[in-house]
Amino acid sequence: MLRIDCPWCGTRDEVEFSFGGESHLTRPTLDASDAVWSDYLFNKDNPKGIHFERWMHRFGCGRWFNVARDTLTHEIHAVYEMGAAKPDLAVKDPDS
Amino acid sequence: MKGYSFLSLARQALNRHQGWPVAWRTPELKKNYDVVIIGAGGHGLATAYYLAKNHQIKNIAVLEKGSLGGGNTGRNTQITRSNYFWPQSAAFFDHSLKLYEGLSRELNFNVMLSQRGLLTLAHSLHELEGIQRWANAIRINEIEAEILSPIEVKKLVPLIDIDCRFPVHGGFIQRRGGISRHDAVVWGYARAASAYGVDIIQQCEVTALNIQSGRVTGVQTTRGTIGADKISIAVAGHTTELARMADFRVPITSMPLQAMVSEPIKPCLHTVVMSPVIHMYVSQSDRGELVIGGGADLYNSYAQRGGIPLLQENIAAVLELFPAFTRLRLMRQWAGIVDITPDTSPVMGLTPLQNLYISGGWGTGGYKAIPAGGDTMAYTIVHDEAHPLIEDFGLARFETGALIDEGAASGVSH
Repeated sequence: MLRIDCPWCGTRDEVEFSFGGESHLTRPTLDASDAVWSDYLFNKDNPKGIHFERWMHRFGCGRWFNVARDTLTHEIHAVYEMGAAKPDLAVKDPDS
Repeated sequence: MKGYSFLSLARQALNRHQGWPVAWRTPELKKNYDVVIIGAGGHGLATAYYLAKNHQIKNIAVLEKGSLGGGNTGRNTQITRSNYFWPQSAAFFDHSLKLYEGLSRELNFNVMLSQRGLLTLAHSLHELEGIQRWANAIRINEIEAEILSPIEVKKLVPLIDIDCRFPVHGGFIQRRGGISRHDAVVWGYARAASAYGVDIIQQCEVTALNIQSGRVTGVQTTRGTIGADKISIAVAGHTTELARMADFRVPITSMPLQAMVSEPIKPCLHTVVMSPVIHMYVSQSDRGELVIGGGADLYNSYAQRGGIPLLQENIAAVLELFPAFTRLRLMRQWAGIVDITPDTSPVMGLTPLQNLYISGGWGTGGYKAIPAGGDTMAYTIVHDEAHPLIEDFGLARFETGALIDEGAASGVSH
């Protein structure tokens, strides 16, 4: 069970949230090639490690936010607002 | 390879079973191979077997970072079926089912295929219409499918409650569908491939690919560098990680898919029962355990364990349909990491790199595809051209837009 810290409502169980996939994607311009569109639409980073992803508090405030979560341990390293830059997680290395 | 037979069994019995030969060799790693296959699961070993048998290539290594068949091949719920909607999927998966039907004889290894029928339920009139459309598409694909009324469902599965919170409005059955023993499939392929001279190397993790001007030339592993003319990737949930080593991106998300088994009980369920809408499927193994599964945990994960909320949902659905099962205890619960594509169809064939091939994106349904996956990938590797059955399953479809949006791929909706 993930415990997710909604920036507006506080920490809640994962069942209240919807997963929105990879974050920080930039829509290509309209004259982009098929290859660029395909990459934008379908290809994923899908890392084994820290994943920057979107979540929505569906059964709460209904707002979207970003989460930096380790896909191997499920540990949540950071929660930050939509539009904010990827946080620098070097200082939050669990092994340090 | 000494064949297993009634005679060999009798001979070994007289010998107190002390003289059974090892099923496959544990060879020394060579410096070079014609083909290196990454991943000794069902798909990797089947590919090696068909390369050796159909294409007379014997200098093959299958590299496995853990133990043979210890990934998703040992974690799935061993269901075989070909009740697919789109013609491409139906042709491919029925080829696989046909190979399964002859597999015990082909491999001289009992894979315990039991074609007990696979029943898909509808819980509302709308779902029933959806299921009728699905069944009709299957028939057009020249595969049998039969619509059943609620009474016929009850007759087939006496323990089911057709008047519950999810009333059963009917269903359809593929009678050739069923289960087989997943370990036997991987052991059978390993034994047969090894007999052809294929080297199966366990505890050997690939850490990098050697690439020279757009062409792969070998792999770096935890046991040293190995040269290879051709390399094929068959690593299920870790497909993205391997593609990253080759510097190309794939349309894959890795997610945990859970399964669980109850304590063993006497035979009570003679069909595989699936409900796409309430996310559950259940069958009874030959050992008597109820094998239960459902949908995937819907977020990226490489942790081979599932979340409790989904497990609860899954169990609740099973118990609602089968009230008698409330008294059972669960013995084990686990998860495998499945690589899900946007259209839930596999990604097979060539890659942006020369001499590098891929068999991935199997998502929640790779087990049933093992024989056909191996057969078609062997052809693809030898001819450097996709086998006709998998032409449409290449990476290129995500650029052309010719997706094969296979809702039936998972059996349960995601």
